[in-house]
Amino acid sequence: MPAVVVAILVFVAFFLGYRFYSKYLAEKVYALDKSKPTPAHEFEDGVDYVPTNKHVLFGHHFTSVAGAAPIVGPAIAVFWGWVPALLWVVLGTIFAAGVHDFGALVISVRNRAQNIGTLASSVINARARTLFLLIIFFLLTLVNAVFAVVIANLFIAFPGSVIPIFLEIPLAIFIGQYIYRRRTSALIPSLIGVALLYLSILLGQAFPIDLSPIASAIGLDARMLWIILLFAYTFVASRIPVWVLLQPRDYINSHQLFIALGVIFLGVLIGFDRIVAPAIASVPEGSPHWFPFLFITIACGAISGFHSLVSSGTTSKQLDNEEDARYVGYFGSVGEGSLALGSILAATAGLGAYTVWQERYADFNTASSGAVGNFVEGVGHFANNLGVPLGIATIFAAVVVVSFAATTMDTGVRLQRYIIQEIGEIVRFRLLARNLTLAAALAVVIPLGLALYPDLAFGRLWRLFGTTNQLTAGLALAVVAVWVFTRNRNPLAQIVPLVFLLAMTTWALFIQLGDFFRAGDYLLVAIDGVIFVLTLWLIIEAIGAFQRARSERAASGTDGGTTGA
Amino acid sequence: MTPGWRELYKRIEELHDEYFVGRWRSGMQREAGRQQDALMAMLFLEALGIPNPTSYYAFELYPEFVEEFHRWHQRMGMNRFPEPGVCC
Repeated sequence: MPAVVVAILVFVAFFLGYRFYSKYLAEKVYALDKSKPTPAHEFEDGVDYVPTNKHVLFGHHFTSVAGAAPIVGPAIAVFWGWVPALLWVVLGTIFAAGVHDFGALVISVRNRAQNIGTLASSVINARARTLFLLIIFFLLTLVNAVFAVVIANLFIAFPGSVIPIFLEIPLAIFIGQYIYRRRTSALIPSLIGVALLYLSILLGQAFPIDLSPIASAIGLDARMLWIILLFAYTFVASRIPVWVLLQPRDYINSHQLFIALGVIFLGVLIGFDRIVAPAIASVPEGSPHWFPFLFITIACGAISGFHSLVSSGTTSKQLDNEEDARYVGYFGSVGEGSLALGSILAATAGLGAYTVWQERYADFNTASSGAVGNFVEGVGHFANNLGVPLGIATIFAAVVVVSFAATTMDTGVRLQRYIIQEIGEIVRFRLLARNLTLAAALAVVIPLGLALYPDLAFGRLWRLFGTTNQLTAGLALAVVAVWVFTRNRNPLAQIVPLVFLLAMTTWALFIQLGDFFRAGDYLLVAIDGVIFVLTLWLIIEAIGAFQRARSERAASGTDGGTTGA
Repeated sequence: MTPGWRELYKRIEELHDEYFVGRWRSGMQREAGRQQDALMAMLFLEALGIPNPTSYYAFELYPEFVEEFHRWHQRMGMNRFPEPGVCC
């Protein structure tokens, strides 16, 4: 089938979801009220709380949630064929991610823009906050480990991308300094930055960087050396002020996000490529079964708990009025779904021929370790449809993915540092809570250990990341569901994805426990076990919270009619 | 550029700044505040009763920062400064 037809059908489905389902959510479930003052107005301070135009806020929200994760998951999941992956992305975005992101935003706005962790302790109970911190700790550990491996693999597979990526660092610092010192607008410098970055691809192509000689001289392999270098870099990056590097680099990367989306969909339209992968693939004996593993392989792009952190962290402080939450929250997840769609198309239509696809997706390990490479090749092919020479187009795609993954890692390590400090506060370990270097070092060393774990199959690490991400989404959905229920409204829109997610996560964790044990991956057995316990803990807390809410509702009479918070 | 085009360019520039730069505004201001706080602590430690070895060198900067001082102690959670005649 031509990829462009699939893309159009998906966009129509997204539009219908936004037009009808999000309207139902806005009116009947979240009962948005335009006249209620939002925290942005109530606590307006010009710093954190700033009423912001909804299109601008959508841009902030979308660029914060969209990263490398909605690219990697779908590119692996087409292993089971493109139809299951696509269906999960479409249905997940409409009925799970939209509900989740939108809900987290609304509940935060109604509660003085508190974040989902604090809300968990007030809506569920005080223990839920600790549960939340532990889940986020594991989520960030896995995020950082996973993306270090992704970047290292890309640097090895596409050595031409090394120079552009490393040039981006001084380029970003220079642009940042230029904008602050000249007090000029960021438009022209950012565009020049993007143009220089893409020009440096020529340099990268002429001088591909291969670390294997240096790595073998010190007794490592190239992948290990890259991973160590990446974590050394993130350690430094997480300690320097955001305005030096993180912020100006983000100017360049946010442009890249829109350029990449444009290239994918324009390339699909102009090239009129056909999907070469089978609709439903027959997988070799012993591969993970699509049910339940599809639902944890694609987390970001179908539903991702990480979004609740963004929704309830920064976005809720800037919402101008409650009705904007529908556009910003729900449409933000549609944007992410579109990126996941782009990834599916790149890994199925961008590879050119069925035989190539069959070779790349021969078994789950080959599929998962090569997935990002397949996406890069696919996007390179789409860019080639637009007239860019193939060699340059492929490096361009690699640069885009590495930039996203590196920003995710930078933010991830920084957030992990805060979480470690907060855990230090809770267990009253003052040194950990106060010493930035110690917290940052731990935030780097833990995922580094995981990424360097010998003979680690990337697919296993990715599945663990998926389960943790779904668990975070489960916690946020539980909080929103209880909140909706106590306001005498129908929580089915949250409960259905919540039960589905928790069932898939628990089941997948249980199967994985056996798999890892048989394979002798005892570190992963331990992590899987801990996440499994956290899942059970969450299920117990959620059921308890519902029972309490039910008895409260029964005590106050069903027509108590409390609306709003 | 004719005024019409200049107007349009200005609008695009503003929108771009809102879109890409605005996302970082709060983080930047918080960071700037933190750096400013460190400087203020250096300058005014003695006003808080803590001996400060650099106060002799920082003395001539006081007048430049007295206005800031009031906002600083408020930001630090002290609504009125207890010592009379210092600021509020």
